[in-house]
Amino acid sequence: MRFELFAEYFPDLLSGVPMMLQLAGLSLLLGFFLAVLLAVLRTSGIRPLELSVRGYVYVFRGTPLLVQIFLIYYGTGQFEVIRDSFLWPVLREAYWCAIIALTLNTGAYTSEIIRGGIEAVPWGQVEAAKACGMNALLRFRRVVFPQAIRQALPGYGNEIILMIKSTSLASTITLLEVTGIARKIISQTYAPLELFIMAGAIYLTIVFTVTRIVDWIENRLSPELAGRHRVEDAEKDLASVH
Amino acid sequence: MAEWVDLLAWGDAGWGDEMIRGAFWTLLLATVAFTLGVAIGSVGAAAKLSYLLPARWLGQGYTTVIRGVPDLLVIYLLFFGGNQAVMAIARGLFGYDGYIELNAFTIGAIALATVSGAYSTEVIRGAVLAVPRGQIEAARACGMSGWLLFRRIMVPQVARYALPGLGNVWQLTLKDTSLISIVGLVEIMRSAGVASGSTQKPFIFYLSAAVLYLALTAGSNRVFGLAELWANRGVRRA
Repeated sequence: MRFELFAEYFPDLLSGVPMMLQLAGLSLLLGFFLAVLLAVLRTSGIRPLELSVRGYVYVFRGTPLLVQIFLIYYGTGQFEVIRDSFLWPVLREAYWCAIIALTLNTGAYTSEIIRGGIEAVPWGQVEAAKACGMNALLRFRRVVFPQAIRQALPGYGNEIILMIKSTSLASTITLLEVTGIARKIISQTYAPLELFIMAGAIYLTIVFTVTRIVDWIENRLSPELAGRHRVEDAEKDLASVH
Repeated sequence: MAEWVDLLAWGDAGWGDEMIRGAFWTLLLATVAFTLGVAIGSVGAAAKLSYLLPARWLGQGYTTVIRGVPDLLVIYLLFFGGNQAVMAIARGLFGYDGYIELNAFTIGAIALATVSGAYSTEVIRGAVLAVPRGQIEAARACGMSGWLLFRRIMVPQVARYALPGLGNVWQLTLKDTSLISIVGLVEIMRSAGVASGSTQKPFIFYLSAAVLYLALTAGSNRVFGLAELWANRGVRRA
């Protein structure tokens, strides 16, 4: 173990954190809006819409993210129509291609998480809201959506962590975030283990922080359940000891 | 459209056969890595459920690190460090001092097995905990010893409970094989990359790659679905 490398290269790795957070943050934000839209269409009861959303989700969940990134970054440049269009200034940039691919990808996964939340809302509540004279939009905003989000939060927490890890793939299209920088330094220093430890520590710190924040929000949104998980965890721990 | 047919044709002129060969390597790599991963996962689950504290720590550390770090980082670690590690082991254990180089497939299989092993550990651990304690007590009361109890009571039920989760791990591993293209194994992505490079038609080849992956994930989904039906054939449902 070459300890002198830690001091020398750790700042370099840290310089990739803003790029990682930008990629994850922006695509999670855009992806969330996309996901809500998709989830609403998926549960709309209108057959053609439901089928299209199902197809979209099926394709994006059934193919690797790397294919999606390459298809958008390398694939779109093949067509002159696109190169001449207003889209080109966006699709020419690796940064925006990564954002688009990550957004479309997380949109597909997140829509399924939110759909689960929407379907978990008891139908009686929707009927009650109807009986009170709420229209569809008001029903969604006041009754369905808040409960669906609460239900979906633990799953969404996992999705956030997956997305943070997925930003590493942006390094394959020239963007220098933590994993890309780590690879560059490894090929200069031949110290894979040292770099793995440093980059790994950065990812684990961020993942840990995100987990904590999601837990905190979860407790805030459903205070009545706050103690429940702790009891379950304790039971699990007991079971694992003996 | 005719151009696409030519590009994807079989033989020397088109790239269809290269793409299919890539799909073969993808499937082989995923199968080897997943199988190894299940083996690692069984050991990992045993460690996490062990009464030995150090074993629990090791298991917990393994799953926490691997699940919190990008797969690509694990692949780089093994790609750049795998040879050194194997040479160090060879020197330490057998006194062999020569140069050893692992090929891309071996490194890819080890890397993906390490990743999928962490997820399998969690799945198998959950499945073990799902077996009712009373059954184990009953088996002991019948006089079954550890090995017999393990083979007759635990394995059949754990396998059944773990099957859906392992199906997810398989899908994950299958899609993760695309990352091994970055270290040079000619699987689907690499074939598509080579074909794009020499024809300047990336869209068609990456689209074909997507279709191949979709076929593989859809097909294996079917297989796991059937396996679940088979495994649950004796289970009564409400």
